Amino acid sequence: MSVPRYWRETKYRYRLIGQMCAQCGSVMFPRSGVCSPCGSVDLEEVKLAETGHVVTWTVVRNPPAGYMEYAPYLVALVELDDGVRVLSQLVDIEPIKMKTGMRVEAAFRRVKVDGNSGIIEYGYKFRPLIE
Amino acid sequence: MRPVAVAGVGLTKVSEHWEKGLKDLFTEAAYKAFEDAGTKEIDALYVANMGAPILQDQMHLGAMLADALGMRGVPALSVGAASASGGVAFHEGVKAVASGFADCVLVGGVEKMSDGLPEDVLSILAMAEDQEYTAYTGVTNTGLNALIHRNYMETYGATAEEIAMFAVRGHEHAVGSKHSQYPFKVAIDRVLSSPMEADPIHMLECAAVGDGAAALILMPAEQAPEGVEVAATSVATGPYYLAGRKDILTFDAVKTAAERAYKTAGVTPEEVDLVEVHDETTIAGVVSLEDLGFVEKGKGAAFVADGCTLRGGEVPTNTFGGLKARGHPLGATGLYQVGEVALQLQGRAGPCQVEGARVGLAESLGGLGSTCAVTILRRG
Repeated sequence: MSVPRYWRETKYRYRLIGQMCAQCGSVMFPRSGVCSPCGSVDLEEVKLAETGHVVTWTVVRNPPAGYMEYAPYLVALVELDDGVRVLSQLVDIEPIKMKTGMRVEAAFRRVKVDGNSGIIEYGYKFRPLIE
Repeated sequence: MRPVAVAGVGLTKVSEHWEKGLKDLFTEAAYKAFEDAGTKEIDALYVANMGAPILQDQMHLGAMLADALGMRGVPALSVGAASASGGVAFHEGVKAVASGFADCVLVGGVEKMSDGLPEDVLSILAMAEDQEYTAYTGVTNTGLNALIHRNYMETYGATAEEIAMFAVRGHEHAVGSKHSQYPFKVAIDRVLSSPMEADPIHMLECAAVGDGAAALILMPAEQAPEGVEVAATSVATGPYYLAGRKDILTFDAVKTAAERAYKTAGVTPEEVDLVEVHDETTIAGVVSLEDLGFVEKGKGAAFVADGCTLRGGEVPTNTFGGLKARGHPLGATGLYQVGEVALQLQGRAGPCQVEGARVGLAESLGGLGSTCAVTILRRG
């Protein structure tokens, strides 16, 4: 991971920012040059909901390079309360306690330490919501 | 566009070939295909590969392998579409012959996965997905399959055992196959008691690491009377970010590619005598069968468990073992599939033969359903 590549995404990863189509109102994540439902290029940044629920989840037991220290870890498909779906690690919960449909909220966490460039990467992970 | 035929097939055994490199494997497969076709007068070379830039620090495979074959001067390029590279390269080779641009093309896929550390192989597989928002989460390729697997069970009430039977069926079919990596039976208990790779997917529900090369010779059909007609090839792309899909249990790219291929070939799923699907995991195989139109959505796992995909069943599936038992040397896999369909239609499948097969289909996935290549072959 090079420095510019990391830096370019920080706003979206740190603050969970997606995109809203000014023509059809679709909200997308991650950002794209074109609205995939309607084809418009008239797009605006929008802050996504920070709470949602788990649609489906897994436990990664054999991680790729750079993620060893967290294994085994949970990864889920989260549907935010504004309807946008994101992939994310889940933290602060043991796999054995996981349930589909669980309410979660975004948290700011360390993601990995890049071995080659030395960057300590941060971003969103989700954790159980205490209501 | 003129009709095209597969005029020669060359497959190496999928294995851990410690003593052989990329060039060795590719040359072995290519020369088998030349011998099978009775010619080596090719005028274009297409190479399918996924991991060489990382596993061997090697790019520019077209020129390297043309030279290795002793064929300097031939135009050559490598085709990259992750693990659908083989299927997509085949599509490109067919276009070259069909259009009249080339008269004899070699399409060859090669992968040397055993050169990498296990975590490197996982990283390469994850490179088929968006690095910034998918791979970034630390999810593996199997992890993505697992998200679908769990959702499939919870949505349709399929059991872990029914889905896992896809792996058992593959191994049953591989028995006796000379080029398959694991040509032996594996019992369902063994699959379900293997360690979790990414819950709820067990290790023995996943394709393993293997090295292999597959080569096919393509010629105009009228010049290859013993060959197998390419009735259709089709490539489609689908939503790249898994979370951006409204329905994660359907691979849009598979449906689109299949619809186009059926239309071009003028066949329906009912007329297909055998199918090779991309079972990188058991659930990927099940979803593929559904999206190709062989079984209704949500009923694929029961279909497999009931024996409908066996050699004598309704839809003989993965007749040499599929990715699980024949093996999954990434970029080469799609060409193993097409080569196997050709062998079946020519009656050269030995103990794996599906009797009386006339129409066969191969489905190759790149990423988890973001690229799909569908090929339909026909004979007589």
